[in-house]
Amino acid sequence: MWSWVLHRITGVAIYFFLLVHILDTSLVRLSPEAYNAVIGTYKTPIMGLGELALVIAIGYHALNGLRIILIDFWSVGTRYQKLMWYIVLILWVILIAGFAPRQLMHVFGS
Amino acid sequence: MTAIPVPRSGDTAPRKKRRVNWEKWGWIYMRVSGVFLVVLIFGHLFVNLVSGEGVKAIDFAFVAGKWANPFFVVWDTLLLWLALIHGGNGMRTLVNDYANNRTLRKVLLIAILASTVILIVLGTLVIYTFDPCPTGGDASLLPDFCKAG
Repeated sequence: MWSWVLHRITGVAIYFFLLVHILDTSLVRLSPEAYNAVIGTYKTPIMGLGELALVIAIGYHALNGLRIILIDFWSVGTRYQKLMWYIVLILWVILIAGFAPRQLMHVFGS
Repeated sequence: MTAIPVPRSGDTAPRKKRRVNWEKWGWIYMRVSGVFLVVLIFGHLFVNLVSGEGVKAIDFAFVAGKWANPFFVVWDTLLLWLALIHGGNGMRTLVNDYANNRTLRKVLLIAILASTVILIVLGTLVIYTFDPCPTGGDASLLPDFCKAG
């Protein structure tokens, strides 16, 4: 049940970011100043942590999404669904461990 | 042993007109677009957040530099269309699951459809009418290749 609940929560979160992200990127059509002013807020510490949270959400949604595809289309997918969820969680942790230091370095480093 | 079909079983049931099963195609779309989105989004995240100076390198000139390359124009167009429809269809599923009030459900579904259509049109126009060197733009904010012309 939790694999499914997390998939929905991360999906909704990513969706609302996507709506905002298309609007902020659209400012490049308005003027360089307008775009730079808004994208500048993405470089602040709080938004930097927000980007980390976004990547964490995307990481889960992507990995579990691939698991769902395997459950649906792989002949023995349903038999291994639990094992595959644990593999998803392990890969998720590895992904976070790889990305988090890099992001924190970019945002908080000099 | 092969099974013998019931005689005339083909024409006992009234033949229904075959309708397009949209729910099935939505289900297939989520999985097909999902595979593409894994590649497209992780690529997007790598270029914008991981490589170089990460998020701090992003500004107007950065975007202009990317879109000077047709590769990233196609990449971002695919991202826009595939992700927004994937997300919109996902939200539609949630609204159908949780919005019990008929009127509320209708309002939410229309809102999702409208925002999806509007943002796809807006985003596509932005990508294909983008001017990397707007006249009268502050030269310090523009990509380097604007000076050459």
